[in-house]
Amino acid sequence: MKAAVVLFPGSNREQDAVRALREAAGIKAQIVWHAQTELPEGTDLVVLPGGFSYGDYLRCGAIAGRAHIMDAVRAHAARGGYVLGICNGFQILCEGGLLPGVLMRNRDLRFICKMQHLRVEHTKSLFTRAYQPHQIIKVAIAHGEGNYVADDETLKRLEGDGRVAFRYCDVRGHVGGDANPNGSMHDIAGIYSEKYNVLGMMPHPENLIDPLVGGIDGRAMFAGLTALSA
Amino acid sequence: MKARVIVTLKSGVLDPQGKAIEGALTSLGVDGVTQVRQGKVFDIELNASSPDQAQDHLKAACEKLLANTVVENYRIEIM
Repeated sequence: MKAAVVLFPGSNREQDAVRALREAAGIKAQIVWHAQTELPEGTDLVVLPGGFSYGDYLRCGAIAGRAHIMDAVRAHAARGGYVLGICNGFQILCEGGLLPGVLMRNRDLRFICKMQHLRVEHTKSLFTRAYQPHQIIKVAIAHGEGNYVADDETLKRLEGDGRVAFRYCDVRGHVGGDANPNGSMHDIAGIYSEKYNVLGMMPHPENLIDPLVGGIDGRAMFAGLTALSA
Repeated sequence: MKARVIVTLKSGVLDPQGKAIEGALTSLGVDGVTQVRQGKVFDIELNASSPDQAQDHLKAACEKLLANTVVENYRIEIM
């Protein structure tokens, strides 16, 4: 299993991703600079980390989504390679055309930084296979633009194909209403690509791998990736 | 050649920033405001042999980067 974590100017969670891969999955990840045109040979998983690439100028993820390395990431994904975009990484995936829709300003205009419950929609993907179906997990969110918006046709396709990965919910697992922190359509916190090999999500599972920082509900996502080590 | 590109949100797309500005204008006592939608303006200088060529370059700029056509429209004005 080889993992690459892409570093853009303004990324700031890349070491969190590297640590989560190492400590929860035993995977040694390589940091790749955005101006490179190729991924390290044999890369199985690309992680686009959280942060504020290019200072969120123009639109969040817009400039990073068109960086040189993204051509290689698109080719990797088209070959069936795994891609995980967290927070700003999710915004980059949408702007870069790897996932449909767009992440708009939070409904209440505030930057939200808090713990949030999510419902794991299903466990058929590599990223969620170590969770239980409809398991309620608690992870951190920290974003100003996490309000997922897509047209009706796209939403219908995502729902019909089981491509919603996580939804915002409350501690009891009730989805919607006040449990939705940012106004996302269909309470979407994360979605998959058509082949489930690309996952974009606003919450931060990579920050919940150590009981010292308040929980380990993010560990299972990285544990699921260990299948790639074989 | 000088040009202006105007990027606006498509109708139907929620604009919380526009809503907040609308509320602020009302609270400042500016009368008659019924709706505000926020957009972006790009003033661009470019080399082109004709307005048509400039139009082509700017259309590419909009499609590739300046607008996210999922939620935004753009308009090009060559000056």
